[in-house]
Amino acid sequence: MGSYDVAVYYFLSHVLKNEIIRPREITSATLELGSKYSPDFVCTPFKYTLGTMIEALEDGADTLIQLGGGCRYGYYHELQAKILEDLGYHCQVINLISGGNPISVRELFHNSSFQIKKKSFLKYAFLTKKMVFYMDKMDSYIRVNRCYEKEKGSFNKLRKQMLLEFSKAKSSFGLRKIYHKYLKKMKKLPRRKVERRIRVGLIGELYTLMEPFANFEVEQLLNDYGFEVKRYTDVTYLLFQKKKKVKQYLKHFFIKYRIGADALDNIYHTKELCEMGYDGIIHMKSSFCTPEIGAMPIIEQVAKEYDVPVLFLSMDMNTSETGFLTRMEAFCDMLEMRRKK
Amino acid sequence: MNCYLGIDIGSISTKGVMIDEDGNILSSVYLNTDGSPIEASRKVLKQLSIPEDCAIRGIGTTGSARKIIGLMLNANVIKNEITAHAVGTIHLYPEVRTIIEIGGQDSKIILIRNGVVTDYAMNTLCAAGTGSFLSSQAKRLGVGVEEFGDIAHASNTPVKIAARCTVFAESDLVHKAQIGYTKNDIIAGLCRSIVLNYLNNVCKGKKLEEPIVFQGGVSKNRGVHKYFEEILGKKVIALENGHLMGAYGVALLAKKKSDGRVYKNNLLDIKFVTNGSECHDCSNNCELVRIYKDDKLIDTWGSKCGKY
Repeated sequence: MGSYDVAVYYFLSHVLKNEIIRPREITSATLELGSKYSPDFVCTPFKYTLGTMIEALEDGADTLIQLGGGCRYGYYHELQAKILEDLGYHCQVINLISGGNPISVRELFHNSSFQIKKKSFLKYAFLTKKMVFYMDKMDSYIRVNRCYEKEKGSFNKLRKQMLLEFSKAKSSFGLRKIYHKYLKKMKKLPRRKVERRIRVGLIGELYTLMEPFANFEVEQLLNDYGFEVKRYTDVTYLLFQKKKKVKQYLKHFFIKYRIGADALDNIYHTKELCEMGYDGIIHMKSSFCTPEIGAMPIIEQVAKEYDVPVLFLSMDMNTSETGFLTRMEAFCDMLEMRRKK
Repeated sequence: MNCYLGIDIGSISTKGVMIDEDGNILSSVYLNTDGSPIEASRKVLKQLSIPEDCAIRGIGTTGSARKIIGLMLNANVIKNEITAHAVGTIHLYPEVRTIIEIGGQDSKIILIRNGVVTDYAMNTLCAAGTGSFLSSQAKRLGVGVEEFGDIAHASNTPVKIAARCTVFAESDLVHKAQIGYTKNDIIAGLCRSIVLNYLNNVCKGKKLEEPIVFQGGVSKNRGVHKYFEEILGKKVIALENGHLMGAYGVALLAKKKSDGRVYKNNLLDIKFVTNGSECHDCSNNCELVRIYKDDKLIDTWGSKCGKY
């Protein structure tokens, strides 16, 4: 998902004595493979992850780690393990988060298939957290600034180099140094001057938002249009900030209880984006994502009160890129016209 | 004399408009795409009968095949149909606040405040409630789709037909015919179901404020027009040139963005060939389209990695 494989690989390769197999990059073949063996009406992340799992098994893996999450995602691993077994693969699928709660570290230590280097476990857990933190920070900086680049691709090039250096870092200090080095380089990149800034907020279901292949690289597209992009959802937010933030949201918001996965967060963020004067909001989800379907009418109503346009997009393997581009183009044209008035 | 061309290549029909410096329509063409946008746009150009002394100073393309035809004609504006429709209608009818557009494969609603598009929505995956649904049902009933409007307009007792989905609507239609409803009332029911489907699936709680303009191919259907007014309880204006609005809008944009170049009058002589293939160099299996102009490869589309 996104570039997080760099961080996950970094962690596992330092903590486990086992051989780690890096998953292949997601392509149309991954999705096709996943959809072939998935129920048709399951949400798209299931199909992506199943496709990746089969590819990894083909490459020789015997233990798979599924992240899991707070919605149906938390039960994915059981169905996926069953499907893989029916296909004749012998493997173990481990789920890290189920029902919104992570499994305990002790449980992982007791799992016989892992040979964990206990000494380095804590150190690298800490370093990986830091790495993800810096990656997310850099990405939010890029989303706001890449739209003004003079030379196309200059930001992406630096980002790629930074990730490469990250994977070789040895200490928290080193990570920080690399981050600041590249931030400085990016700040020096030549930029276009614009009269009016147009800002767009991206909200929705986490997988579709974070995997560029699943959202037709919507962030790059918006940046190419010259629009700044803000996205709340990233791993730092989901794993380390969400719990605390949701408690705050519930206290001051008209919704008084949690409504599943990230639905509450997205409604709150809609309100926040409107109040900050954003020009438009794009809501993305994979087809059949139940929590987001519940959130959509409320998001529409909130945005209506502030007179901010929202574009709802639903993505799965049958979504045509042409239809997506037409809607995006029209949305961008509209934001520009609104701004000019 | 200067003139500007706008071509709207839709899924079912292709429209062409030629306008002068003041935005007046000099001539227009409306014909079927028949699955071949390149051929259809050639025909459009031929039938527009551009006078010899005319200097074409801008060409705009819109509709689902806008990119490829834009490349073929070397257009100076290539715009999506939503923007094009809005621009055309606002020019002709500046006070408009709501545009209802129902075409062959898609239907959209565009909300306009003070001459600016403020919101829009488009139908999603399903083609229920669009022109192609009407024409396939017309075939089933053995009636020309052009006569649909008048028949529906004459009926006073439209049959209730499930409007949510094309397949359900069709089986409902068969059922209603078999229990003895007259053909005229069924046709009226179909037109009514188009309106209900549009209001439920596309508008979804958006406020339709007057003046409302109804356009796109289906706006020629008097029955659908009548039921829109009846169900909304508001006046709905069907523009005389409602089916040409996309082409007209993009012609206006071409005029606005005109960069001084003058197109040659021999647009029809260009040799333009496309050819599709699949690349198997990686697991993306991209579907590639190669485009040849005058036997020279000018572009390749569909590559995800940027190899082509």
